[in-house]
Order: sequence, then C-alpha cells, then structure tokens
Amino acid sequence: MLEIKNLQVKLEEEDKQILKGVDLTVEAGKVHAIMGPNGSGKSTLSYVLSGKGGYEVTGGEATLAGEDLLDMEAEERAAAGLFLAFQYPVEIPGVGNMTFLRTAVNSQRKARGEEEMSAADFLKLVRAKAKDLKIDADMLKRPVNVGFSGGEKKRNEILQMAMLEPKMCILDETDSGLDVDAMKLVADGVNALRDEGRGFLVITHYQRLLDHIKPDVVHIMAAGRIVKTGGPELALEVEKNGYSDILAEIA
Amino acid sequence: MAAPQVKQGPTQARVDALELPTGGWSTPARQDALARVQAMGLPHARDEYWKYTKPASLVDAAVILAAVYSTDETPMFGDMDRLKVVFVDGVFDADASDDLALEGISIDRLADVKDIHWAKDLYGVLEARGQDPVERPLATLNTAFATDGVLIHVTGTPSKPVNLIYRHDSETSDAMLHHVIKVDSGAVLTLLENGPAAARFNKCLEADIADGGTLHHVRTQGRDHERRAATHIFARLGAQSTFKSFTLTVNGVMTRNECVIELTGDDAFAHVAGACMGDGDFHHDDTIFVTHDAVNCESRQVFKKVLRNGATGVFQGKILVKPDAQKTDGYQISQSLLLDEDSQFLAKPELEIYADDVACSHGSTSGAIDDDALFYLQSRGIPHSIAQDLLVLSFIAEAVDEIEAEALREEILSRSEAWLSRHRND
Ligand SMILES: Nc1ncnc2c1ncn2[C@@H]1O[C@H](COP(=O)(O)OP(=O)(O)O)[C@@H](O)[C@H]1O
Ligand SMILES: [Mg+2]
Repeated sequence: MLEIKNLQVKLEEEDKQILKGVDLTVEAGKVHAIMGPNGSGKSTLSYVLSGKGGYEVTGGEATLAGEDLLDMEAEERAAAGLFLAFQYPVEIPGVGNMTFLRTAVNSQRKARGEEEMSAADFLKLVRAKAKDLKIDADMLKRPVNVGFSGGEKKRNEILQMAMLEPKMCILDETDSGLDVDAMKLVADGVNALRDEGRGFLVITHYQRLLDHIKPDVVHIMAAGRIVKTGGPELALEVEKNGYSDILAEIA
Repeated sequence: MAAPQVKQGPTQARVDALELPTGGWSTPARQDALARVQAMGLPHARDEYWKYTKPASLVDAAVILAAVYSTDETPMFGDMDRLKVVFVDGVFDADASDDLALEGISIDRLADVKDIHWAKDLYGVLEARGQDPVERPLATLNTAFATDGVLIHVTGTPSKPVNLIYRHDSETSDAMLHHVIKVDSGAVLTLLENGPAAARFNKCLEADIADGGTLHHVRTQGRDHERRAATHIFARLGAQSTFKSFTLTVNGVMTRNECVIELTGDDAFAHVAGACMGDGDFHHDDTIFVTHDAVNCESRQVFKKVLRNGATGVFQGKILVKPDAQKTDGYQISQSLLLDEDSQFLAKPELEIYADDVACSHGSTSGAIDDDALFYLQSRGIPHSIAQDLLVLSFIAEAVDEIEAEALREEILSRSEAWLSRHRND
C-alpha cells in the first residue's frame, strides 16, 4: 500500500538533514508501528508523506498504491487515500466542524470523479460515526478544534478518518494526552476501520496504545532512519528497557 | 473663519457645481450647512484626518466615470421579507419601491417639500455635533445639498426591515442622499442598505435613538468596481439604547465610511463592525469615532479587511471617554489579512480617556494566511483555493458575528463566499 524507499529529507530553509534514508513498506491490511526517541524524525516523515511545505526531498521515493506521492499536492494525496491524524490538530476559528467535514468529504469525492454526498446522507453518516466516538452535537457545531480538550481533538481526528475512509492511515502520537477511556475510544475507532484493503502506520511512544491496536510490525526510528524492525515483541522490549539497548546494539 | 487658502478654490468649485434645494423645513439647516462647509473647506490631502486616504476624487467638482456592473444574481437580501425603498443614481424610484406605509413606523422623503416636519429638529443637527473635535466637511456638504433621502420615525416594532436599495445605472451619476432615523423609546428597527448607488455617492445617515430604543443596521456597498463613496453615520444613543451597525464592502475603488457615535445616556450599547474584501484597485477606509459621555455604556468596534493584489485598507478608530463616563467598556479591534505582499493595511487606533474607572482595549494586527491551518485543510482533501476561502471567511467571521439576526449573518457570509470564489488567484 505505502512504499517508502531510501527517503531523504532536509529542511527547506536550513541545511539540516532530518530523514537520512528511510525504507518502509506497509502492506494493505497491516498495522505497522513506528517508535523512537523524540526528534528522530517520525513527525517529519508523516508530514512529508502528506505534503506539508517547508521540507525538501533530497532523495528516494514514496508511493501509495503505486502512485508517486511526492509529486502530488497535499489535497491530491488525501484524495488518493492518504490520511494523517495530526500530533497537534490545528484550531480553525470561524470554520464550523460540520462545514469542514462536508467540504473535505465532497472535495475528495469530486477529485475522484464520484458524486457528492447529499446533505441528508452526510448528516446521517456523521451523526452515527460521531456517536461511536462519543462526540456530541455541540462539538460538531463548534469551529474546528476550537475550545476542544486534548482528547476531543484526537477523537475529532479519528472522526475525520472514519468519514474519509482513507486507504492508508498515519496516526502521529494519537495517544499522547489521552486518558485511558479516551484511548480506548480512539483505539476502538481505529480498529473499526481495520480492513483488508487498508494500511495503518501508528507512531507512538507507548506500548499502551499497541495493547489496543495490535501491530503486525514494529519499527524503531532513530536519527532519521529506521534502525530496527521486528514483531510486536519489539514494542514490549522498548517498553521495558527504553531505547538505549537497541541504539547501543546498532551503534 | 475662512477656510485655509488651499481649500477655498476646490470647495467653491464644488459648491458652484451643485444646486441648493430650496423651500420647506430643511432650508435653514441647508443654509447653515452651506456656511459651515465654506468656512471649513472640503478635505485636502494634507489634512491629518485624510493622511491615508486621498480625498480628491470625493471632493472634486468633476465625477470620475464608473462603469455599471450588472449581474443576474439574486439581489442582496432578496429572500427576505422587507420594505423596499429604491433609489436609482440617487433618484427615488416609486415603481420599484414598496408602499411606504408600515405599522410601527412612518417614512417620508426629504425631497417632499413640507413646511413642518419632525425631522427639522434632527436634520443636520447630529452631523453638526459630529464636527467636534474633528471636522467632517463632506457630511456638511451633504446636509446642504442632499437631493433626497428617507425620514423614518420609528414608534413601534415594524414587522419587517426597511431596505434602502441603491441602484447604479449611469456611468456619471453623482448622488447625495441624507437620511434621518428617529427611534422612539422602546421602538426597534432593522435598517438594511445595499447597492453601489452611483458613480460617486455621498451619503449621510443621522440616527437619534431614544432611551431604550434599538436600531440594527446592516449594509453592503455593492460590487461595482469603479464606484466611489463617502458615507457618514451620526448616531446619538439614549439610556439603555442599542445601536448595531455592520457593513460589508467588496470592490469599489474608493470608499470612506465614517461613523460617529455619541453615547449620551447610561447603560447603552453601540457596536460597529465591518468586513471588507478588496482585490486590486481598491481603497477602503473605516474611520470611527465613539464618544462615551454617560455611565456604564459598552462600545465595540470590530473591523476586518481582506486585501490582495495591491488593495489598501485603512482604519482610523477612536474611543473618547469623557470625565464622567465611568464604568465604560470600550473594545476596538482592527485586523487585516494580506493575501500577498503588494497589499497594505494602515491603522491608527486611538484611545483618549478622562475617566478613571473604565475598561478599554484596542488592538490592530496585519497577517497572512496561517500555513498550518491551510495545510490541515488541504491534508483532508480540500483544494488550496477552497481552503484559503474557508480561512478568509473564518477571518471575517468575528466581524460578521456582530450582526444580531442569524438570517442576515448567513446572507453576508454566503455573499462573501461567492465573492471569494469569483476572486481566486488560481
Ligand atoms: N520545521 C522545522 N523547523 C526546524 N526543525 C525541524 C522542523 N521540523 C522538524 N525539525 C527538526 O527535525 C527533527 C525531527 O523532528 P520530528 O520529526 O518532529 O521528530 P519526532 O516526531 O520523531 O519527535 C528534530 O530535530 C526537529 O527539531
Ligand atoms: Mg512527533
């Protein structure tokens, strides 16, 4: 589904190399997790894949279902089926959450040459999905993420993901700032979307989330590279011993 | 006192090109205004109050041509039940207007010459009071020479808004209208205004709101690209009265909207807000002066300007708190969203406070589109241009939210959205 080969990225404004050759393949139907110390480049990888400005790709490639991602605008990548649940969801005063969601759903449909969803169908769908995530009508009416608690913002990300039904979901520290109940809601939301045709890349620091969203493959990222790949047991090892053993082992 | 030398020639030339309407109750006020404007002289580029806006095209005797813009869209406020009063190039159009009779108000026209009228006590009176401490000669010129306007006495709560519609049909029209609104104690009126009015429009609105009266005012200034306008609102507020005014301006090469508000009774509210969106040859000036002269009044000024392709926005806003106006709550914000580096926003926010127990704040900012917000929207599949429009609407929302009625807020937002979708760079 998502294929990343030797991806190298530097900051556009500075001479600072952040990704130093990332190789990663996420197959359809699989959940891959990325763990790694702060500053290792996990968020950068998720931003570069989804088309955020400010970065320069200096080498390598990334494809989604065979399509070259790096050549597309951010909105084209989304329409092609890529979704990023932000580590820090952005507040947008004055734009209603509903307007935002409907515009997003219909923009993607339009880009794919599909018919737009009617207002009634949309409302029905959004209400059902919001209910699963315990997002109330008031949160849907409010401006995007404005005045939302940390947990509400993260649930709102999962609501967007559920509405957009992407092929490839990247979750960047979706568990940070969540209490146990909220984490369970978010994990249930993600698990409900698990499907043979869909890939997941879950960035996290904690085994906690991976107890709920069981990964098939776990990668460790450090200093801009994937330094180790293994099964679910790798996450348990990190949980127990931290990163130092792993980093020492490859040094 | 005679006008400064540099102003005498242009002022006389303008006055000579106009004809003073004669006869009826307004004659003394007009003659007085003529003397006053000749003594002041019309605005000049070197006037401090016109530092950011060149007055020449609003002052000169000759009118600059303005092409007529036509569209087959639903007229502004077209879906609402309203009493329409139509002026075409400043001339009343009886056929296009509704019957002016409506329960709770009386509407007369300035051009109907009568010897006695209630408006005699107000016409030019609020305008004259508004000349201190800053002169506003274009309003005085208007008091002298206005050819028509409406005189609305609000005695109750009419069932629908009054909508003044200004059509522009002639490339050379130079219109001057003067309205007087008198809101009685406990009475409530919503006044709507829309349309470009003329190639050049000079409009004056005097509103006297008695204790406990309410005036809601929502106006849009029309899309004709080349039009010019100088407008003045003079409002006096009695105790526990409310005045809310919102203006949407899109297009227009030159617009100067002055609003002079005097809070003279305790516990009154005055909210003035505006949103403008300019693309290219666009100069928009909001000049606001709010005087607190009573206890426990609240005033708000909320102005948002969206500027691109070399458009210019100006904001001069002042809150003056007199010595006895304790417990004043004054708020002022003016912000611009610059969509490129060619556009500019010039702001002069001022506070002048002589009372000690007051809460006044003001702020002015100039910024660009927030890249993080833009990326967030795009990452959900929303195309760049639509994402930018959403962020622009989000920017003006704080001003639009000052409008009381939801239907009017929605009308303003949907018109703004339509304008934006026609003015995309890509
Ligand atoms: N826009 C940016 N400007 C400056 N430094 C950046 C920027 N984006 C990322 N970095 C730097 O790149 C490195 C990787 O950051 P990030 O991708 O956020 O790591 P992680 O998500 O793994 O904590 C850090 O050193 C960070 O400071
Ligand atoms: Mg991160």
